[in-house]
Amino acid sequence: MRESAVHAEKCENLLEIQDLHVQYNTDDAVVHALNGFSLTVNRGQKIGLVGETGAGKTTCALSILRLLPDKVGQITSGSITYDGEDLLHAPTAYMLSLRGTKVSMIFQDPMTSLNPIITVGDQILEVLDLHYPDMSKEEKEKRVDEILSLVGIPPSRKNEFPHQFSGGMKQRIVIAMALIAEPELLLADEPTTALDVTIQAQILELMKELKSKFNTAVVLITHDLGVVAEFCDDVAVVYAGEVIESGSVEAVFAREKNHPYTEGLFNCLPDLSSTAPRLIPIPGFMADPTNLPEGCSFADRCPYCRSICRSEKPQMHVWGGHGIKCHLFGQKEVE
Amino acid sequence: MGVPLIETRGLKKYFKTSRGMLHAVEDINLKIQAGETLGVVGESGCGKSTLGRTILRLLPATAGEVLYNGENILTYKKHEMQKIHLNMQMIFQDPYSSLNPRMSIANIIAEPIKVCGTVTGRHAIEEKVEEIMDLCGLPKRYMNTYPHELDGGRRQRVGLARAMAVDPKFIVCDEPVSALDVSIQAQILNLLMDLQEQKGLSYMFITHDLCVVKHISSNIMVMYMGQVVEYASKEELFKNQLHPYTKALLSAIPTIDLSRRSRERHALTGEVTSPIEPAPGCRFAPRCPHASEKCREQSELREVSPGHYVSCVLCR
Repeated sequence: MRESAVHAEKCENLLEIQDLHVQYNTDDAVVHALNGFSLTVNRGQKIGLVGETGAGKTTCALSILRLLPDKVGQITSGSITYDGEDLLHAPTAYMLSLRGTKVSMIFQDPMTSLNPIITVGDQILEVLDLHYPDMSKEEKEKRVDEILSLVGIPPSRKNEFPHQFSGGMKQRIVIAMALIAEPELLLADEPTTALDVTIQAQILELMKELKSKFNTAVVLITHDLGVVAEFCDDVAVVYAGEVIESGSVEAVFAREKNHPYTEGLFNCLPDLSSTAPRLIPIPGFMADPTNLPEGCSFADRCPYCRSICRSEKPQMHVWGGHGIKCHLFGQKEVE
Repeated sequence: MGVPLIETRGLKKYFKTSRGMLHAVEDINLKIQAGETLGVVGESGCGKSTLGRTILRLLPATAGEVLYNGENILTYKKHEMQKIHLNMQMIFQDPYSSLNPRMSIANIIAEPIKVCGTVTGRHAIEEKVEEIMDLCGLPKRYMNTYPHELDGGRRQRVGLARAMAVDPKFIVCDEPVSALDVSIQAQILNLLMDLQEQKGLSYMFITHDLCVVKHISSNIMVMYMGQVVEYASKEELFKNQLHPYTKALLSAIPTIDLSRRSRERHALTGEVTSPIEPAPGCRFAPRCPHASEKCREQSELREVSPGHYVSCVLCR
């Protein structure tokens, strides 16, 4: 019965991650980075993946591209489907054709993701060399010039090296590289974290423009709820390797019904419009990924924790597109 | 108000580079009263950290005065400076690189006590360390652990405990929460505010995050390329910001408040120009939407209403 539903929506759902489990096998212990992670991205959708350090946001992006470190990173169960194709069992040749052309990634640090001894023009050209071997040299050069002016860098500077650009400009170059093949899906891993707010505003504005031009779906990975509120249509809150809340930005940020963790995040954020004398921090620390609790992974820090939270994993409870993984809401649903 | 705890007069710090003098801090006049927090905001490279370090004499000043309780400490000799450092301490941005990885937590916190000789005797020092750890919310069991065993939030608590160990009156906090997750950031901000209430501390809080600065400061100073562009009390600055740069900075902050999503934005174009041998006049002019010929004249910080200073020719 599922089969037909999936096929009907095939063109709509670009990426579908189902119950993904990823672990890192280190010398000391097994780190459970993703524990039943599910996410659906539609064409042209801007979705924000929010969570704290170690929540598994970057692991998710790396799993999609199958770029997890060899032998150490291991996908133990679950599925990733891209445009109807099972990525976990796809041949390497398919993955190579996918990376950079259909799905591309912007890494967090623009300072280290560019090669310091190759001119920026050549670095962007490399993408075309790899994916469009038949394209003529002139055509490629023209495409590079176009994309550079699109991200606001004068094409005359393409023969300069990365160190001659400022942080914001380097990030624009990385974005140009990611977009030159006009991907369907862009994975942006903290693209503005290393930048100042005024430059961040410029980059977000640029990504919005490009999104409307190419209709690229964007997964924006960030720890900044403010950036999500300004840029995204939908949001998924990640905690200890699971999506614990997802929905439209309007539904989640209305702050009427939230997962206790999301509620905690909102409370501990100093905001321009709030006048509270003290912030309300979330007590304790994130669950140890080498030794996850049996029940809800947020139970130890949760102010509403009950006995069921310690023994049973909560299910995702959904109301019209807004889902929360918490026992608190399950009961109301039953009633 | 009496003599301010910290005051600077015409403080300048230039760095020599191969292309000329880099004007990192230009002619800063500020006052911090006891128990107050001055928030210093600006983008990277605007000289806010250099200002903090120059006030503590971690960097030699090029010109100007730094007054502690009305006395110019820039003329002090080394042994006099050590006494001043009992009262003036610093917390650093990166809790990963500012702690010695080979020292235990207890030794890190005890070091300033031993160097300054405020408490002598092994047992007395140990007691003092325990007291400080308790004050900063560090459980006693961490005494013999090493920095790599702690997470960022606890490391920042160690950094704060080290600064608190000599019972200072004034602490320069250089982006103490920008490397931390929001839930941990809130814990550290609350701790800083609790300590201020208990001990009557003064802070100079350096940050690029206007939300944080609004939360913790009494007065706010906005810097751009080494100069102060606007200086006012927190309430005044957020209600009535006058300088085009402050306006742009405020509207660029992403906010979780959906009602502000459609606000008018004063988006800036371009990037910070070079602070090496800057041209006279307003340094913000190349990015300013309202720039005109007049902006090439020397811009001075002017008091436009009591306690509200702006450096812009448009705000006369």
